Amino acid sequence: MANDVWVYIEHKEGAVTPMSFELLGIGKTLAADLGSNVCAFVIGDGIDGIAKEAIAYGASKVFAVEGATYKTFLPDAYSKAASFLLDKYKPEVALFRATSQGTDIAAATAGQLGFGLCTDSIGIKVEGGQVKLTRAAFGGNYTVTVVNEKAKPQITTVRPKSFAMPEKNDANQGEVVKEAFTVADADLHSKVLEFVKAATTVNLVEADIIVSGGRGVGKPEGFELLKQLADVLGGAVGASRAAVDSGWIPYEHQVGQTGKTVKPKIYIACGISGAIQHLAGMRTSDCIVAINKDPDAPIFKAATFGIVGDYTQVVPKLIEKFKSKLNK
Amino acid sequence: MKIVVCIKQVPDTEAEIKWDIPKGTLKRDAMEATITNPFDEFAIEEALLTRENYDGDIIAISMGPEKANDVLRNALALTVNEVHRLTDDAFAGSDTYATAYVLASAIKKIGDVDVVFCGKQSTDGNTGVVGAMLASILGFSQLTYVSKIRSIDAGAKKIVVERAIEGGVEVVEAKLPAVVSVIKGINEPRLPNLMGIRKASKIAIPEWNAGDLGVDTGKVGSAGASTKVVEIAVPPPRGAGEILKGELEDIANTLTDKLIDLKVIK
Repeated sequence: MANDVWVYIEHKEGAVTPMSFELLGIGKTLAADLGSNVCAFVIGDGIDGIAKEAIAYGASKVFAVEGATYKTFLPDAYSKAASFLLDKYKPEVALFRATSQGTDIAAATAGQLGFGLCTDSIGIKVEGGQVKLTRAAFGGNYTVTVVNEKAKPQITTVRPKSFAMPEKNDANQGEVVKEAFTVADADLHSKVLEFVKAATTVNLVEADIIVSGGRGVGKPEGFELLKQLADVLGGAVGASRAAVDSGWIPYEHQVGQTGKTVKPKIYIACGISGAIQHLAGMRTSDCIVAINKDPDAPIFKAATFGIVGDYTQVVPKLIEKFKSKLNK
Repeated sequence: MKIVVCIKQVPDTEAEIKWDIPKGTLKRDAMEATITNPFDEFAIEEALLTRENYDGDIIAISMGPEKANDVLRNALALTVNEVHRLTDDAFAGSDTYATAYVLASAIKKIGDVDVVFCGKQSTDGNTGVVGAMLASILGFSQLTYVSKIRSIDAGAKKIVVERAIEGGVEVVEAKLPAVVSVIKGINEPRLPNLMGIRKASKIAIPEWNAGDLGVDTGKVGSAGASTKVVEIAVPPPRGAGEILKGELEDIANTLTDKLIDLKVIK
């Protein structure tokens, strides 16, 4: 128990997606290397369904704090409950996804426990019984490997999609341990007044396929063409800073140093030169396709496949081919 | 209203990075080209807008070696009321917690603070957690990824903000004091004017050391840091890409086949 691996299961008012459980995969590998167990922990109001799913995805035990206070994610209430659980059971490692919720709770929990934390890990391994975390620094020009010797647990956030999804088996058995922990309403710092869903859901961090545009797209209408390709592929639309700063597309689409860091399976860069600030946000994508008029554009050095050409000609052709091959 | 803004000096993105390899830290003083962390420019601007809308004083703080004076001077040129550089040999090599702890100690020393602004993350360390840790250590409201401030009521000790998170915008009401970390796009940072720059160049930057801040030196710097960098590497370059050549028809055929073969497209 003392060297168990704990995985925080994030949810939004009780709603989960398979991605909520993704870290149980790497958690299981780490636990095997440490000779321990992978456990899930969850905070919420009514978590039995989530606990059952966590077990199906491989958690041997689920630790939970429940109560009406925890219906909606509030960083102070959730991090106090998480600190209570982690301090009581002192696992070796606690993994959180590097999403807004995962980062918020991991940071506040580490603050309460008085430890530093490693964020946005892209590699985790056990060497000589020690957990080593690898992350990108300086826009991915360097990777640094970090140990967190003094902390127990070692808290880290993990870049989404960095590790394979765990397999799901509904026949798995596991124990659910519920702990009582309350935060008085008077001690709560904040409340959520409302959530305004974005008109077009831009979830770049979770997207498997991103079609992205840069300065070379040249005009706002160019992004409509990229959106058509993204729609055929079931992907999301990204953008470089140059395109966002030109006002062609809103900031929530921006990928790069001052935007989002993404790791899709396919990243199609259209009219993006490949400045290091942009590469910082997407260079760990599995497959990068670059479409650019300039054969010397640095993006081609990072690309898996490159096409030297005008996106206004290449993209419609790709849409046509995909539509016929995918029967869409 | 008393407003604090936390800012950081970072290497210019294009600059050569100089590492202190044995320590796993940056040689910040040895790097010529440094800038105000781009996200912190939005934090400074939001502090200025808050002062314009609600009155008050802005105190900018930065933890770092002498070079950090440059970013504090820039803040002074932008007319913040007061600056302090937090510096001590004991601070070198601080990790996220130690940094948040030193900043929190300065905010406690300033006292009666209503709002602390910081940028979402730095462009060098990229951790993006110091703001949240700061809130947690101080017991202030933790408001991250803030894309808009709707209102601040210092009398009723209340703030309403919009947070840009996955899938939409969350509107949150929180108690003051609060730590607000802001994202790009919340405002359009202004540039300092010539008079501001000239005035700021003559002001001596006050320093606070560990003793001034009442910081426990066992909890900061390389000695206190719980996270340690044990290896710095240049990631292997991505395999040389394949440039598809020929007629567009053929290229498009080849590429779509290759992408469909990845079995990602549903």
